[in-house]
Amino acid sequence: MSAHAAAPPTVSYVLTDEQRQLQEMVRDLFAQRAAPDRVREVMLAETPGYDDALWQELANYGLLGLTIPEAHGGSGASFAELAIVLEEAGRRLAPVPLLSSAVLGTEAVLGGATEAQAAALLPGVAAGTTRLALAHLDLGGDLLAAPGVVASRDGATWHLDGTAAYVIDGASATHLVVAARAGDDLELFVVPGDAPGVSRTPVEVLDLTRPLATVEFAGVEVAEEDRLAGGPAMAALHRALTAGVVAIAVEQVGGTAHTLEACTAYARDRIQFGRAIGSFQAVKHRLAELLVELESARSAAIHAARVLAAGEREELAIAAPLAKSYCSEVYERSAADGIQLFGGIGFTWEHDQHLYLKRAKSTKLLLGDPKHHRALLGELLAL
Amino acid sequence: MGVDERGLIVERIEALFASHPPADTDERSFWGAQFDHGLAWVQFPEGLGGSGVSPRWQAVVDQRINDAGGSTRNRINNVLGIGMGAGTIIAHGTDEHRARFLRPMFTMEEIWCQLFSEPGAGSDLAALSTSAVREDDHWIVNGQKVWTTLGHLAKWGLLVTRTDPDQPKHAGMTYFIVDMEADGVDVRPLYQITGEAEFNEVYFTDVVIGDELRVGEVGQGWGVAMTTLMNERVAIGGTVQPRESGAIGEAVQVWRERHGEDGDPVARDQLLQLWAAAEAMRLTTVRAKEAATSGTPGPEGSTAKLQWAELNKRITSFTVDLLGPEGLTYPGGYSFTRPDGSADVDGAPHKRFLRARANSIEGGTSEIMKNILGERVLGLPGEPRVDKDVPWREVPRS
Repeated sequence: MSAHAAAPPTVSYVLTDEQRQLQEMVRDLFAQRAAPDRVREVMLAETPGYDDALWQELANYGLLGLTIPEAHGGSGASFAELAIVLEEAGRRLAPVPLLSSAVLGTEAVLGGATEAQAAALLPGVAAGTTRLALAHLDLGGDLLAAPGVVASRDGATWHLDGTAAYVIDGASATHLVVAARAGDDLELFVVPGDAPGVSRTPVEVLDLTRPLATVEFAGVEVAEEDRLAGGPAMAALHRALTAGVVAIAVEQVGGTAHTLEACTAYARDRIQFGRAIGSFQAVKHRLAELLVELESARSAAIHAARVLAAGEREELAIAAPLAKSYCSEVYERSAADGIQLFGGIGFTWEHDQHLYLKRAKSTKLLLGDPKHHRALLGELLAL
Repeated sequence: MGVDERGLIVERIEALFASHPPADTDERSFWGAQFDHGLAWVQFPEGLGGSGVSPRWQAVVDQRINDAGGSTRNRINNVLGIGMGAGTIIAHGTDEHRARFLRPMFTMEEIWCQLFSEPGAGSDLAALSTSAVREDDHWIVNGQKVWTTLGHLAKWGLLVTRTDPDQPKHAGMTYFIVDMEADGVDVRPLYQITGEAEFNEVYFTDVVIGDELRVGEVGQGWGVAMTTLMNERVAIGGTVQPRESGAIGEAVQVWRERHGEDGDPVARDQLLQLWAAAEAMRLTTVRAKEAATSGTPGPEGSTAKLQWAELNKRITSFTVDLLGPEGLTYPGGYSFTRPDGSADVDGAPHKRFLRARANSIEGGTSEIMKNILGERVLGLPGEPRVDKDVPWREVPRS
């Protein structure tokens, strides 16, 4: 048995009363404000690619600063609370840039910024007026960390050149956190989305509920004070991506839970051969299998979220790839099974199940596919 | 909760340990004293091995006994009595049953077995056909039971019979305690695909059972049997294993010994898929245990059996694949013996591969478990029941 496998730390999985209240509040909020019609309206609109009214409402409830310290305008809660919001957002495919701004961007800043930089940036993030997007990939897109942007220094000014691909919410973000190669080093810069020399092109995406952009940098000037200088950029990027991986797993659990609920309700109501189709074992057994997988996916995701919240870094190194690989496959299988269980209606544009299949497929590939994360696990476990 | 249950239990543990130091007392005497101190089944009434407190204190008692060098192996080695029969006798037995059977059951002076399944009644247990016919103050039993764990060692059996074939299947059954040493009881080993006989077949030929050994009313046997099976679920559920233990631990060990860093990348990915699934399942048992003690239990507690059975089959099969040509062998050969413990927890990968086939059959087939999850957790409608209101005698049988 490897050292990593020996003794996982003890974290609690039960929701506190406050967390349960948060869950109920957020579930109600998304049920009202991210109903399917609204999700479709936002996803088919030309701009801005997210629901600004809902975003402001999340900010008013203090939900955009859950992991931001109170000194910087946040609520100083933890990733455990953020995970509750992400699961509910995943359940509804809520069209808000939580993953890009509240997770990836915020974590990169928390990990990489000086106190002064954090104090300048994070209050706006918590208030919803600043929306961050992380630009860290090249066009080759191994979807993990291969910056396609090069930074060169000229005195107190940096110049950024190159292309960042697959930037989540990259077109609508107010600020881009850009990972760039500077010689042998990696640096992170905070660049306004409308800075001269930045051009942002929306990508024709599989999952319309989560916009991506290609961002080109042509001699973009960035002041040295906008280079995140609070710590090693590579560590900050790693922190952001690990949190992103866990956030996606939690979101996938929400989507899987929705799929199971929707399919179960349909199987109770839909009559064929004079019986509810859920009374046929061919259908019932699929749903039972889905329930089993959902519960395990939930365990993997909540474990990762709780060890992240507890700062158990060694265990997080196992828990994050475990959750991402397992939950990705469960979500895709459940979303695809969902199409089958709904039958013909499930294949129509009008029905919502395809939105979940597309979200499942895109989140499976984002930030490392299951095989990639299993390889990480294998290294850690010395297998 | 009563006044101070913890205080009461701790006081009794200390009194028991003072008079019978766990490490220095022979097992049988200790278990007897444990019973007399009300610590055998803490939730049972005073005088019957219990202290009338919440059953959750039992874990505290057993932990203290183990920590003090005592033994709780009676709960495993006489599981069908202590884990299942005792609760049934408390719920449905007579005062005479409780006084006669509980103490020697707990001390393992008398081993118990369960006589429910039949060749014609597996998943459909209520179709069973072993008959009991009343004559004056006793009953005459004929028929065959199967998959009887510990049948060859048992003094007493928990028996469900058909007493009224003209009633619909659930209504015509009666429950008995049967003396396994009585005339006409024939216990035969049942050899499994592993070549071992963990189980027995039990044949009844004109076996006489006194009416005083009937448990519950005539015709109410199904309800009594359900009590027994509910206790089975409690006895089986709720265990949390360490990470990378059990079948996946063995797969990892074989991988390291025979493949390791130079191993085939496809096989490594398969191993890691299984590792991830096993760990996600393990975390579900951790979550279920926490929810059961301090939260609101949800579906996480009901999925374990199905998932464990199916995953165990996949992992043990994969492990034999890792053996390559050695997977063609069967170390030690097919012995045709009775194993001491369960083949589930020892033996070569080859035997574990074969033994795991039963995981999705015993204790509720995976198909039945899926029906239960679908109907009781998800609320889906049941299959139409063609035999529901038909006299048992008229229902087709294979």
